[in-house]
Amino acid sequence: MTAPASPGAATVAVAFANVGFRRGERRILSRLSFEIKAGEFVGIIGGNGAGKSTLLELVLGFIAPTEGTVRVFGNSPHGTRGLIGYVPQRIELDPDLPLRARDFVALGVDGARFGVPFPNAVRRALVDEALGDVDARALAERPVGRLSGGEQQRLAIAQAIVGRPKLLLLDEPLASLDLGGAAEIVTLTARVARERGMTVLLVSHDLNPLAHAMDRVLYLADGRAAIGTVDEVVNEDTLSRLYDRPVDVLRVRGRIIVVAGD
Amino acid sequence: MPDLAAGLAHPYLQNALAGGLIVAVLGAFVGYFVVLRGAAFATHALSQIGFAGAAGAVLIGIEPVVGLLAFSLLGAAGLGALSLRSRTNDVGTALLLVASLGTGALFLALASNFASNVVSLLFGTIVGVDRAQVGLTAVAAACALALLAAIARPLLYATVARAAARSAGVPVVALDFAFLGIVALAAAVTVPIVGALLVFSLMLGPAAAAGCISARPGVALALAVALGAVAVFGGVAAAYETDWPVGFFIATIALLEYVAARSIAAARAGAGRGRATPAA
Amino acid sequence: MAEFFASPNVQAALVASAIVAALSAAIGYFVVLRGLSFAGHAVTDVGLTGGAGAMLLGLDPLFGLIAFSVGAATAVGAFGPRARERDVATGLVLAFALGIGAVFLHLQTKFANAQSTLLFGSIFDLDPALLRVVAAVGVFAIAAIAAMYRPLLFASVAPEVARSAGVPVRALGFAFLIVMAIGVAETAQIVGVLISTALLVGPAETAIALVRDPLRGIVCAMAIGIGVTWLGIALAFASFDWSRGAQSWPVSFFVALLALAAYVAARAYRRVRDA
Repeated sequence: MTAPASPGAATVAVAFANVGFRRGERRILSRLSFEIKAGEFVGIIGGNGAGKSTLLELVLGFIAPTEGTVRVFGNSPHGTRGLIGYVPQRIELDPDLPLRARDFVALGVDGARFGVPFPNAVRRALVDEALGDVDARALAERPVGRLSGGEQQRLAIAQAIVGRPKLLLLDEPLASLDLGGAAEIVTLTARVARERGMTVLLVSHDLNPLAHAMDRVLYLADGRAAIGTVDEVVNEDTLSRLYDRPVDVLRVRGRIIVVAGD
Repeated sequence: MPDLAAGLAHPYLQNALAGGLIVAVLGAFVGYFVVLRGAAFATHALSQIGFAGAAGAVLIGIEPVVGLLAFSLLGAAGLGALSLRSRTNDVGTALLLVASLGTGALFLALASNFASNVVSLLFGTIVGVDRAQVGLTAVAAACALALLAAIARPLLYATVARAAARSAGVPVVALDFAFLGIVALAAAVTVPIVGALLVFSLMLGPAAAAGCISARPGVALALAVALGAVAVFGGVAAAYETDWPVGFFIATIALLEYVAARSIAAARAGAGRGRATPAA
Repeated sequence: MAEFFASPNVQAALVASAIVAALSAAIGYFVVLRGLSFAGHAVTDVGLTGGAGAMLLGLDPLFGLIAFSVGAATAVGAFGPRARERDVATGLVLAFALGIGAVFLHLQTKFANAQSTLLFGSIFDLDPALLRVVAAVGVFAIAAIAAMYRPLLFASVAPEVARSAGVPVRALGFAFLIVMAIGVAETAQIVGVLISTALLVGPAETAIALVRDPLRGIVCAMAIGIGVTWLGIALAFASFDWSRGAQSWPVSFFVALLALAAYVAARAYRRVRDA
């Protein structure tokens, strides 16, 4: 375990060096090498089965790479408790769950610590601040299981940021939202990340809602990746090489559509 | 096994095998849906509730099986009612189960005779099955299977995609009740053979084990019937040799079958390489 | 009624049953939250087999109760956290253990009496030494729940996020099953196997329907548990008069019925409140 990198404008948040991952017979990721700098907003784009969730699991330290190394802020992923906030793909909350929204968010502060949580002004202030950041202050006292999917998602984001992490991971947060909802979540995430100085990795299968907010895009296809600005990556040359088949990139009034060519 | 071969000439052993096989077949088909619907606890509860009915029947001096069946069906209605508004209702099931046990305890206390036929209803007995009972078991099982076959397709739809099924006009709530009723009937049929406490062995084990091995319904059902038959034959043979209760052997074989099936399934999935996570 | 409360046996019964009712409610809150009702019930049934077996061997039934209960909890935990597989595993482990009970019964018909004693508990016949053990185990179990409270709540509500925050989700789940087994075994020893399930899930679920946050919910569940148990004991005593001295109805019957009634009433109330 290397010494933690000192904070600075050039700090590397996430570094993949020749990372490969195999599960049984299937190769899911091959030879990924990239560096994500602190404070960047990177969209991880790819279709189903491209390896997006696996990439997140590697960053989280849930799994270890078959080849290569993963470093998060200079350390192996296991040494990063408290540095990462995570918003998982499915947030299934039982409608009868006896938990208010603020209790749910408070778990992000010290939910991992043993013992019983006694009323604590510091924690309450952090929770209020996080709720404010996601525009959910009005929901604070409501039972969390009875809120709408979009509201629950905002609370999940609040829970992820309340502990002041340096890296925020969101797994397909836009999947079940309509266009307006997706734009809202992206804008909200970008704003919160900027205000709190967080690095963001946001997984999505469609890059359009993210196009204006992200600094770079990491495009995954068949376990291979290309990273760069949208113009650098999302063009016919790069993507055809990535997919190993002809790809057409169409731009329609500012939106990007990637289709298989013939 | 010269003993067993000779023993097969005895009618009571033939009856036990016949009854057990009928129940194994019934258990495979009903069990398929029990596993699919996550109704294991409800099945256990229904057999316990039925037992309370048997105790009540003994109290008022009628045939225990009548009380068994009546309470099982009432229990099915009760469980269905409790699940009307909550998705999973384990707590309601637990409380109804315990309340029935308490009521059964009350009946037994009032009857003041720990009647031996009630005890045999708890654990099953190899010698307890006579030809008439085999006939009755066959008829009841046939009814349950026919009912199940009739509703199988909409039931499957409602189980795996409830909202979609409902929008397609499937009466999902009525099917919930119907399924519980079938389980109650099947449990009542199974109880005299394996006993109230061990109904699972034939209603849950083989179907669950088969499901681990194959995802294709036809193959899984055939395998479940086969596994159930193995459990019955093995159990009856062992009970005949050792004189120990048949329910014990059937339950043990069923558990071994399930463990074996799980191990095979795990080995086949090939524990993913790279799954080195100390997080847990 | 005054003589009722003056009797030392009754006082011991009330104290001991209150301790285990409170303990069951606290553990039961998480049992309900984690969907472990079936496992909780199965553990009691398996414990019954173990306790009765211990009695046959001349040992203190508590050993057999705890050993078999913990064994069952371990087996269920080993089969994995997914609900469907866990329920199947629970059913089969339960059936297997009951099958063992069938063998015990066959070998030793006194087993039925041992089972009967454990099924209903010997609440009015409590050994004072036992009371100290009960208090000690009770304190241990409640302390364990208090210590696990926060990460267990996190893991029960948002397991993936909890894991990313460093909560040892699987190990914690396992530890909880063990604590549950110990708590349930101790409860069964005092009030009988039959009610231990009722006290485990009934008061907790009732509290969840009434109270919005977990800490107050647990306290509420404990109060309901104690109330239901004491009322059941009182009613059992009163039933002696109803039957004109013939016999009293079992405490188990009343407590089980009261637990069910409280649950149904709470659900009806919540339906009205939320409408």
